[in-house]
Amino acid sequence: MIKVRIPTPLRTLTKGQGEVEAQAGSVWEMIEALNHAHPGMKDRLCDETGELRRFVNIYINEEDIRFLKGKETSLKDGDEVSIVPAIAGG
Amino acid sequence: MIKMKALVCRECGKEYPTKAIHVCEMCFGPLEVKYNYEEIKKSISRKKIADGPDSIWRYIDLLPVEGTNFVGPHAGFTPLVRAKNLGGYLGLEQLYIKNDTVNHPTLSFKDRVVAVALTRARELGFETVACASTGNLANSVSAHAASANLHCYVFIPNDLEAAKVLGNLIYKPHVVEVEGNYDDVNRLCSEIAGEHGWAFVNINIRPYYAEGSKTLAFETVEQLGWKTPDQVVIPMASGSLLTKIWKGLHEMKSLELIDSVRTKINGAQAEGCSPISTAFKAGRDFFKPVKPKTIAKSLAIGNPADGYYALKATAESAGAMDMVTDEEVVEGIKLLAQTEGIFSETAGGVTIGVLKKLVKQGVIKKNDVTVAYITGNGLKTQEAVIDSVGRPVRIQPSLVDFEKTFKMGKNGGGDT
Repeated sequence: MIKVRIPTPLRTLTKGQGEVEAQAGSVWEMIEALNHAHPGMKDRLCDETGELRRFVNIYINEEDIRFLKGKETSLKDGDEVSIVPAIAGG
Repeated sequence: MIKMKALVCRECGKEYPTKAIHVCEMCFGPLEVKYNYEEIKKSISRKKIADGPDSIWRYIDLLPVEGTNFVGPHAGFTPLVRAKNLGGYLGLEQLYIKNDTVNHPTLSFKDRVVAVALTRARELGFETVACASTGNLANSVSAHAASANLHCYVFIPNDLEAAKVLGNLIYKPHVVEVEGNYDDVNRLCSEIAGEHGWAFVNINIRPYYAEGSKTLAFETVEQLGWKTPDQVVIPMASGSLLTKIWKGLHEMKSLELIDSVRTKINGAQAEGCSPISTAFKAGRDFFKPVKPKTIAKSLAIGNPADGYYALKATAESAGAMDMVTDEEVVEGIKLLAQTEGIFSETAGGVTIGVLKKLVKQGVIKKNDVTVAYITGNGLKTQEAVIDSVGRPVRIQPSLVDFEKTFKMGKNGGGDT
């Protein structure tokens, strides 16, 4: 199982839960699994073409998946995933 | 007059109330303030602005606050310096430095955005303010929170310059040094902001906070005699400042304070952290995050939130972007100090370095009215230049020793 931290704007889909579990071997599978358990999740994270939306950031054990293999990045038991919307800055 | 109509998603246009939120629930796009420009247009004028206070608050009609109970009443309205010496050196007839090294109270442009953010945060009823920062923002939040009696947490990376760390501690906020770079700090703070009901100025208050940067555009235009410059050079970290200067110029035009915007927007980064400039030079409209490695720590954001919009603004204005090495950053700091008497932090070295490059490339031309934005003070980043400025000449407290050291004769003589 992997742990996924859910940001505030998505908690309406997880009944308010800030953290959920999922069974997945990759980021892509994780999105599908989240969508299965919490319908509507995929539409929020991905655009019409199925790509992650521009302002969605996903981190595995604190590392940005864009430094790994993006959606193809593999996941293993015990990994912790954070979904962070629209990173701010300055 | 109700100035603010709503917050609106920059991506999908969905509207939200003007509360402490920054992300569209539907598409995760950033939220921005939607103003009632029809009403603003009826009351704003050059005269009204000119009669206002010598601070950012002279532009209150275009800032996202409801009242006049200001935190940071003295921020902004910094000098626009005609830089004849530096211009002469670079071959520019009309070069100006927008000198935010002397902003009040913490000597960087962040005093503008923080004044707006904390004024708004207080209006929204917050008692605790916080930020993720590369240094200047934390200094400004700490100082303003002290003066406004707000609880304060600032989160910084663990490798900041000593003066930027001290520049928080002196105001006694909770200073949290996070083991990691700014992007790590930022991600952590986004998660903390989701759990604690604080006003994170650059997270849930960001739609208001970022608007403060527009005042750099407003002031520039007013100080040039209500004219837009032909070229501006702006340092980029998250890309927000550049985006907001572009927006500010266009607001002035749409409110008929100026006739047209002919300004080319140029962005500057350090080579060790140049995701936006690299994308621009490659002709891409998206950037790839990087792991920062540069002495320009205030610009060391590897995952710039407004990178996409900065690329768009620069392209729309037919401007350019470039980057410079750390050596060029140091040279830039020294050049500005030694020609204009302005001691900038590393970000200013980046700006001057890129300005120099763009002039050399013929992008900025001799007669272009050019404004370089110098956004922070050199006393905060002494580490960057300490080994390249020499040492004082040491003498005994005697006239003889002095004259001997400087090889002077008795009556006047050499002037070394």
